[in-house]
Amino acid sequence: MTSLEKYKYDVVVIGAGGAGLRAAVEAREAGLSVAIVCKSLFGKAHTVMAEGGAAASMGNVNDNDNWKVHFRDTMRGGKFLNHYRMAELHAKESPDRIWELEMWGALFDRTKEGKISQRNFGGHEYPRLAHVGDRTGLELIRTMQQRIVALQQIDARENGNAESHIKVFAELTITEILKENGKIAGAYGYWRENGNEVLFEAPAVIIATGGVGKTFKITSNSWEGTGDGHALALKAGANLVDMEFLQFHPTGMVWPPSVRGILVTESVRGEGGILTNSLGERFMFKYIPEVFKSIYADNEEEADRWYLDQDNNRRPPELLPRDEVARAINSEVKAGRGTEHGGVFLDVSKRLSAEVIKKRLPSMWHQFFELAGVDITKEAMEVGPTCHYVMGGVEVEPDTAAAIGVPGLFAAGEVAGGMHGSNRLGGNSLSDLLVFGRRAGMGAVAYVKSNPTATVSEKAITDAAARIEAPFSRAGGENSYSLHAELQEVTHNLVGIIRTGKEVEEAIEKIAAIRARSANVAVAGGRKFNPGFHLAFDLDNMLLVAESTAKSALLREESRGGHTRDDFPGMNSKWRQVNHISSFDGNKVNIKAQPLPSIPKELFDLFDVHELEKYMTPEEIAKGGSN
Amino acid sequence: MTRKINLRIWRGDATDGALKNVEVEANEGEVVLDVIHRVQATQMGDLAVRWNCKAGKCGSCSMEINGKPRLACMTQVASFPEGEEITITPLRAFPVIKDLVTDVSFNYRKAMEIPAYEHPKDLAPGAARMEQVDVERSQEFRKCIECFLCQDVCHVIRDHEENKKSFAGPRFFIRIAELDMHPLDLLKNRKQKAQEEHGLGMCNITKCCTEVCPEHIRITDNAIIPMKERVVDVKYDPIRWLGTKIRKREGIV
Amino acid sequence: MATGVFSASRAKIKERTLRTDRWWVQPAITFGVLFSFIIYATLRAFENANYFAEPLISPFYSPCLSTECVPGSSLMGQPFNFTLFGSAISPALFILIFPLGFRMTCYYYRKAYYRAFWFSPPACAVAEPHEKYTGETRAPLILQNAHRWFFYAGLVFNVILTYDAILAFRNQEKQWGHVSVGTLVLLFSSFMLWMYSLSCHTCRHTIGGRLKHFSKHPIRYRLWTRISILNHSHQQFAWVSLFAVAFADIYVRQVSSGAWTNFYLF
Repeated sequence: MTSLEKYKYDVVVIGAGGAGLRAAVEAREAGLSVAIVCKSLFGKAHTVMAEGGAAASMGNVNDNDNWKVHFRDTMRGGKFLNHYRMAELHAKESPDRIWELEMWGALFDRTKEGKISQRNFGGHEYPRLAHVGDRTGLELIRTMQQRIVALQQIDARENGNAESHIKVFAELTITEILKENGKIAGAYGYWRENGNEVLFEAPAVIIATGGVGKTFKITSNSWEGTGDGHALALKAGANLVDMEFLQFHPTGMVWPPSVRGILVTESVRGEGGILTNSLGERFMFKYIPEVFKSIYADNEEEADRWYLDQDNNRRPPELLPRDEVARAINSEVKAGRGTEHGGVFLDVSKRLSAEVIKKRLPSMWHQFFELAGVDITKEAMEVGPTCHYVMGGVEVEPDTAAAIGVPGLFAAGEVAGGMHGSNRLGGNSLSDLLVFGRRAGMGAVAYVKSNPTATVSEKAITDAAARIEAPFSRAGGENSYSLHAELQEVTHNLVGIIRTGKEVEEAIEKIAAIRARSANVAVAGGRKFNPGFHLAFDLDNMLLVAESTAKSALLREESRGGHTRDDFPGMNSKWRQVNHISSFDGNKVNIKAQPLPSIPKELFDLFDVHELEKYMTPEEIAKGGSN
Repeated sequence: MTRKINLRIWRGDATDGALKNVEVEANEGEVVLDVIHRVQATQMGDLAVRWNCKAGKCGSCSMEINGKPRLACMTQVASFPEGEEITITPLRAFPVIKDLVTDVSFNYRKAMEIPAYEHPKDLAPGAARMEQVDVERSQEFRKCIECFLCQDVCHVIRDHEENKKSFAGPRFFIRIAELDMHPLDLLKNRKQKAQEEHGLGMCNITKCCTEVCPEHIRITDNAIIPMKERVVDVKYDPIRWLGTKIRKREGIV
Repeated sequence: MATGVFSASRAKIKERTLRTDRWWVQPAITFGVLFSFIIYATLRAFENANYFAEPLISPFYSPCLSTECVPGSSLMGQPFNFTLFGSAISPALFILIFPLGFRMTCYYYRKAYYRAFWFSPPACAVAEPHEKYTGETRAPLILQNAHRWFFYAGLVFNVILTYDAILAFRNQEKQWGHVSVGTLVLLFSSFMLWMYSLSCHTCRHTIGGRLKHFSKHPIRYRLWTRISILNHSHQQFAWVSLFAVAFADIYVRQVSSGAWTNFYLF
């Protein structure tokens, strides 16, 4: 075996998406040394896939907007299961985070006055999403990537070494987060290029690994979305919160098969795309839930008028929150009114001219035309739900993004839980990355000040190395590709968009069985850029995530946001009062119910009491928030 | 509709390698990356390939297909005539690591050499005002997904390893153009640096970068040539030079 | 020492290119056409005859400023005496410097001849045969940066050739109001020359491309957007204008030599 590479940093950031990069910038600007570790090349993170925009109540397009409205929308979207403090911080700080990007060179689309333009999006009361055409995520990642380069250039000028404070370790997989005496001491991993092992010694680790989509069969996530951070945190002793909540984006491509799962941005509906079933019905009018009846149009005429006059008409039901649209499509397909490939039609060609479509939705046009040979200016798209986002994640302190229970561990972005409650609004993820990426950076800075050094013991190193070597020394064992496919089949069929207690129980058993077999995964070939070897570790992470999701889903006997139980339809205010906390005992995932922190009075008072009655118990309403 | 196709995939590493024949099934609507994954899952478990979004947005799956630099996720299998063999190799301008994966670190080193955006210090957050017409040119270049196909196809470095020292390549010429056209950027000498340090003069505008760009960025017409013209403004135009001595004109210096 | 795609670190592939399409067709056509034009233009430039047939003058010989020019062909006087050792030097040799210089330094033609004549590269992802490459960083190719000067000169020639075309609205007796096939030929060639010049990258830059803030120069911005549209077709204009000029010269030559009759429409 080759010799172990060793590094010492103040902070190790795992994941180079929006949250990770924002955290790294923050820590570096405070003078810390930062290692950024990512599985892909630098700048390829899944953040680039975000199209719609970043929600921030700058009020550039409608000056009625402010953080309070944004907070209300976020809580509503999350069905009040959000951690109120995270939603509050997010609503208050996102405008500053967007403006900051502009100061680093981002070029958002502009309003006539030359301000950052903002667009409408599902669940947001006012036009709120700062955007660049439909490639906002790319703009965000590139801006921060370039910000990091700018900081490295400063280091190069000042001390002759561009990597003195920030070094990017691209194509490196972290297999373990290491602790000594109950505190974070570093991380261990290997270069994907050659399999050589790497030890990072650092008092603080920030997890920003994104989502878990690859646990499911149909997903918009890339191969990277294997829940690494979720699993690493669990194994390091942190908790996951509300893992039953997964957002199925209502409109993923369902045909042709090679592009199945790839997202069709919500902007297509925002720009006037309508959903129809195989009978040609615009079915969304049938699926407006009681709580939304006051703000969504119940007839086509009013819905159509909304595009021209938004002040005097209610919005089209195509713009309902994602979970509602996903469930509606699912119901149509189940009732036999879907397309032959199991989706519904999304058509933008009837309302907009080809020229306008190409101008407003350039990447969508491009995506369908080049990936699937479909011209969306002429024909309808076939779409259906695809696993898109996990609301659940590492349980953190809102203000510092510190993982609860593990000193020195932080989490931000999709891998952190609580912010979005049971359902995330479109546009809130990009701003989430920025707000909590920065807060995780700040949290790490404060922590490192009082815990400046960390040393990893020899034993921890030998153990970590042994785990990496293990799959090579097993002969004739299981194939990681086929186990992955089996897992995806189980999650898709049994803990997918619609769940029942019986099926989830079955899933838990099957996942346990696959996990047992995964202990025998053997890898062919060498260590050098070997995808089979890489998948062996990813698989382990996905199995833990799936277990956590299934077990949480079994306990929650209601339907809310990204968790729909066929045997318990409808929300139940009692269930709103608890989070499900997953922890790992080294052998299996355990779930406990934990009361939600109660909303302080000043935030409680932002809502109309009648609205709260839809979500809260009479006792909670009577109390009127805490303090 | 499923059909059998014959692939020739380059397998090997820096020491040696060869094209290996393999027969694989392809379904209707599939792209080359799909069939590579099928090969990986069924016949060559350790075939190295870089990919990520599989939607033409991240620029990871750059390779050469029938000799042309392309994204494997954007290349329809149906675009090749039935029965024709499809040859797949790694990018040929960069050092190979293994199979279809190359070492593209050259590009990250070059990114480090381009001076960063400089924002006016007196502008408070949110106070910046920019007109849409003023940001549109730079926005085109910011569509770049950094697939580095333009870098790969550019003969200046593809055919001349030694030029890598002094040549930034098309990807970074659009970066320089983006910043030089940015309405608020304060750095003044980007044009001179482009010519003197980043090798803009090495480009002989043969437009291969534009031909391969999956984002259809008009690299040559909208970035490289305008930058060459801007260089002429500051370096090779005596009348303009005289003009700057007499009165300061916008766009100069 | 192998370089380029055969460098030690690159994937070991022996072919210069693995392209399966007919990538050589385009450079071959470019070579054929440009080479024929060069031969033709050279022969014609040295011919020093058959370039004027009242009221038509060949674009190769306009403006004819030499004392040696045939009577009637000089519009702007005859300030020069182009003779060497007693024999007349063709005025075309001086005139053609400018339009040819404009085309030689044109961003489109550069692409075309670097590929077709110099194989640098012959086509995209086809390895070029040269050991060394320095591009346009040193003499003589650094002179490509003079494109702007040829552009300005080209504009002067466009004006002159347009004037020639207008003069062609006369009959052989210099009476106005007549149109011959020759009128149309000259008109088309001068129009295409305008399109070629206006669609040029330097023109696009000068009109508006060099500005940092379009919003502060609305008229130049509008012009820039129009010229940008023309610029998309610069390649097409480059070829069509080349053929148009060559044909105008052939036409005048044939009429002047008496081979063709310049047919009058009215």
